[in-house]
Amino acid sequence: MPNNPPSILDRSADKAAALTPARMSRSIKGLSDRAVAWWFIAPTIILLLAINIFPLIWAVKLSFTNYRANRLNAEVKDVGLRNYERILTDPDIWQAMQATAHFVFWTILLQTLIGFALAYLIDRKFRGHAFWTTVILIPMMLSPAVVGNFWRFLYQPQIGLFNYIVTFFTGAEPSSFQMLGSVDLAPWAIVIVDTWMWTPYVMLICLAGLRSIPDYIYEAAEVDRASNWRRFWSITLPMALPFIMLAVLFRGIENFKMFDMVMLLTGGGPGSTTEVASITLKREAFEKWRTGYSSAFAIILFVAVFGLANIYVKALNRVKQR
Amino acid sequence: MSGNSAHSVVEPTTTSKTVAGFLVILYALITMIPLFWIVITGFKSPPDSISYPPKVFFEPTLEGYCNLFTTRSRQTREYVEALGPPEGICDEITRKRQMVIVGDSNYWPRFQNSLIIAFGSTILAVFLGTLTAYGFSRFKVPLADDLLFFILSTRMMPPIAVAVPIYLMYRKLGLSDTALGMILLYTAVNVSLAVWLLKGFIDEIPREYEEAAMIDGYTRLQSFWKVVLPQATTGIAATAIFCLIFAWNEYAFAVLLTSGTAQTAPPFIPTIIGEGGLDWPAVAAGTTIFVVPILVFTILLRKQLLRGITFGAVRK
Repeated sequence: MPNNPPSILDRSADKAAALTPARMSRSIKGLSDRAVAWWFIAPTIILLLAINIFPLIWAVKLSFTNYRANRLNAEVKDVGLRNYERILTDPDIWQAMQATAHFVFWTILLQTLIGFALAYLIDRKFRGHAFWTTVILIPMMLSPAVVGNFWRFLYQPQIGLFNYIVTFFTGAEPSSFQMLGSVDLAPWAIVIVDTWMWTPYVMLICLAGLRSIPDYIYEAAEVDRASNWRRFWSITLPMALPFIMLAVLFRGIENFKMFDMVMLLTGGGPGSTTEVASITLKREAFEKWRTGYSSAFAIILFVAVFGLANIYVKALNRVKQR
Repeated sequence: MSGNSAHSVVEPTTTSKTVAGFLVILYALITMIPLFWIVITGFKSPPDSISYPPKVFFEPTLEGYCNLFTTRSRQTREYVEALGPPEGICDEITRKRQMVIVGDSNYWPRFQNSLIIAFGSTILAVFLGTLTAYGFSRFKVPLADDLLFFILSTRMMPPIAVAVPIYLMYRKLGLSDTALGMILLYTAVNVSLAVWLLKGFIDEIPREYEEAAMIDGYTRLQSFWKVVLPQATTGIAATAIFCLIFAWNEYAFAVLLTSGTAQTAPPFIPTIIGEGGLDWPAVAAGTTIFVVPILVFTILLRKQLLRGITFGAVRK
């Protein structure tokens, strides 16, 4: 109501509204800023509470029971901390953690080295670098599951292209090695595919880092007649380091949770050599249906990612401040 | 670039440019081999696809694509010969293999599910994300930092870790294997990224614009709609691409929470089998069709995409 007559109830807000010009009173009549803020933020928070936090709390609750999701009528018993105890003493779980550590360590090492090198080269700004950067990005846009599936085709013994190329260059017998079937090679097979897929991501973040270094620093180095080698070690690398560390953080979190690509490539095999943590979790939860036990494992994993990420971010901030 | 002097330190020398260009192009070509191989495998006949040595030159056929979209059954030679003239190219190819087409495969319905779920969740996540980002950017929200950290931290959870309770919850609510359930789930995953990216974009829009509009008589909502949103379109586009790519590619939740009616393409493609194992040309064809929209997106929207990826990194 834009033309509100002076209120009989002598409320100061009404008085103020009546005294302000019509246009401003309209904006007062609209939602207040506080109301707008809550209407804008609340739906997201509610959705996250319903679909992320509520399930997580439920998982915590289940982790103290022997509940099995496939036996609806079985009695649910409270088992206290027994699930956690059993997980921390379970050799299979430790093997999964070792497989995960191997995967995370080598993928990060290779992706950082290759990704930084590529970024450094692209930063030379040769002709057509924008086009080739886009081409390099393509693997990281694909579905990890679909990638895992078609690399399984490339890794086929005998008929696979990967094996053919390796034998072409090394002269090894094509039937002498199986990337996915051999206990020694399978952990490297998943590292190769992940590196193929995610090096572009590390490259992009490193590139952003290199481009953030102001030109005048290099110019000052030129005045000081610093060699290229010195320039790289005392300017380029230290100044790009926070970006490299950030890329490592993102890839570390993602690869710690790795599921889809490895699931389709090896399914955790042969035996359980490539059974990374998420695959073990899936087996416990959706094949053996040990819901309580798997919930406890999920909580341990979540706390581990969260804790490690927090420690790492602290270190990162210290590097940034230098 | 700093000046035009030939000895500028910032401008790399011609030799170093050439070497850099050569190495980068070499890397790009090598990483394209697997993708190239999948695309050409889609046009091979099944025997060609598993020949040794691998065939680069072959007679292209649409058999893979035909097998991808149809289900077939083997018949006796007499039966096939007694049929009338073949209808269409797929019919002809199938009959050469002494088979007849008996119906459509599930690929197209799965692909449609992927479209509905990916676009549905992207629209919802970007909508909620824009509102929330604006709320955090412009108003004093109590505990704003804690809430933002909470929103971001939901992304660190391994999907499988929350899959068990979500599975139980969806079973109770009747949301398992429904498109709505998957849309809500992907929205929840994507909205954290959307808020994070969009807040940065909206922070960059000067407040003065809205304040001027509000002095001119716009309400807060009107000025959001008519002043802020048009300014934020680049950021919204970049965010939408990320949400879309995530939802389009997601596998873990899809394989655990859907089995039939709402199944998307990623869990379906690896299950395409022919006689005697995986039908690689059909799998390759399915992969190609699934991947093409992403390739087109990447190339058309590379500027927004690059901005989004590096932007996230620079801001933190």
